[in-house]
Amino acid sequence: MMMGRMRTGLIVLACLVVTGVLASSIWTIAGNPAPVDLPRMLSENLERSGVEHPVTAVLLNFRSYDTLLEIGVLVIAGIAGISMAETTARADPNLRTGDTLLYALQRWFVPLMLVLAGYLLWAGADRPGGAFQAGAVLAAMGVLLRLGGTPMTFLRPGLLLRLGLITGFTVFLLVAVASAIAGEAFLAYPPALTRPLIVIIETTLTLSIAMVLLALFVSAPVNDAEDPDEGSPT
Amino acid sequence: MTVPLLYALAGTVLCGIGLLGLLWLSHLLRKLLAFNILGSGVFLVLVGLPQHQGGPDPVPQALVLTGIVVAIAATALAVVLIRRYYHLSGMTSLEDEPPARKGGRQ
Repeated sequence: MMMGRMRTGLIVLACLVVTGVLASSIWTIAGNPAPVDLPRMLSENLERSGVEHPVTAVLLNFRSYDTLLEIGVLVIAGIAGISMAETTARADPNLRTGDTLLYALQRWFVPLMLVLAGYLLWAGADRPGGAFQAGAVLAAMGVLLRLGGTPMTFLRPGLLLRLGLITGFTVFLLVAVASAIAGEAFLAYPPALTRPLIVIIETTLTLSIAMVLLALFVSAPVNDAEDPDEGSPT
Repeated sequence: MTVPLLYALAGTVLCGIGLLGLLWLSHLLRKLLAFNILGSGVFLVLVGLPQHQGGPDPVPQALVLTGIVVAIAATALAVVLIRRYYHLSGMTSLEDEPPARKGGRQ
C-alpha cells in the first residue's frame, strides 16, 4: 500500500512537472514573434497551387509529401487491423437489429451522407472541406449501414477490399513518380495539370480513407460463443 | 493573453491529464482514452500557438487535420489489438497482479 501511494505521488508529481515545463515554454514562445511568416508566404503562392483554400493547398500541394506518407500509415493500420480480424458470418446475426429508429435513420441519412460527402470533397477547393472530411462522412455512412445489418460483402478479404485500400496511395504515388520522371521534382505537379490532378487524388483518397476507417470498424473481432463475454468475470 | 494562447495553454493541461491517465490507470481501454486526450492536447497546442503569433496559420491546421485522421485509425487499430489481447489472455491490463484500484480487472 505504501509503495502504491508513493508510486501515485511520483506519477502525479512527474505529470505536474511536465505540464509546467510545457506551459512555461509555450508562454516563452508566445512572447516572441514567429520567425517565419508562413501565412503570408502561403497567400502569396496560393494562385500557383491550383486550389483556392489554403488548407487544401497545403495538404495536396505544398506539403503533399506529408499527406502521401499519412495515407500510407492509414493503409498499414487498415491492413494490420484486418489481419487481426476473425472473419465471421457474412451477415452477422449479432449485428442485425430490428430497431425501427435505426432503419428510419438509414433511409434518411444514407443518401444525405452520400450527397454531403460529395459536396465536402468538391468544396475542399475553395472552402473548408476535402478528402479527409468526405472520407470520414463516407465511413460514418458505412458504420450506420453496418449497424443496420447490411452484409457489405466488399469488405470481406478479397480483391475489392485490397483495391479499395490501396487505390488512394497508389494513385498518389503514381502521380508523384510520374512528375519525377517527367523532369520536375518528386510530387511537383506540372503547372497546367495541377487542378485536375488534385481532384483525382482527392477523390481516390476519399474512397481509400473511408475504406480504411470502415474496414477497421468492421474488422473488430466479434465474440465467439466459447469465448468469455466482455465484462463477465473470467 | 489572447484566446488562441488560452487554447494552447489548455492543450498543455490536456497533455498533463492524458499523461497522468496513461501512467496511472491500468485498464488498457482507459490508457487508450488517456492517450487520445494527450493527442488532443498536442493538436490544441499546434493550432493555438501559431494563431496567437500571427493569425490563423493553414500549415499547422493541415498537419492537425491529417493528424486527427491518423489518430482515429490508430485508435481503431489499438481497440482491435486490445480486444484480441483480451480474447487470448482474459486480462484487461498488462500487469499480472490484480490492481487494487477500480480501474483494473477485479
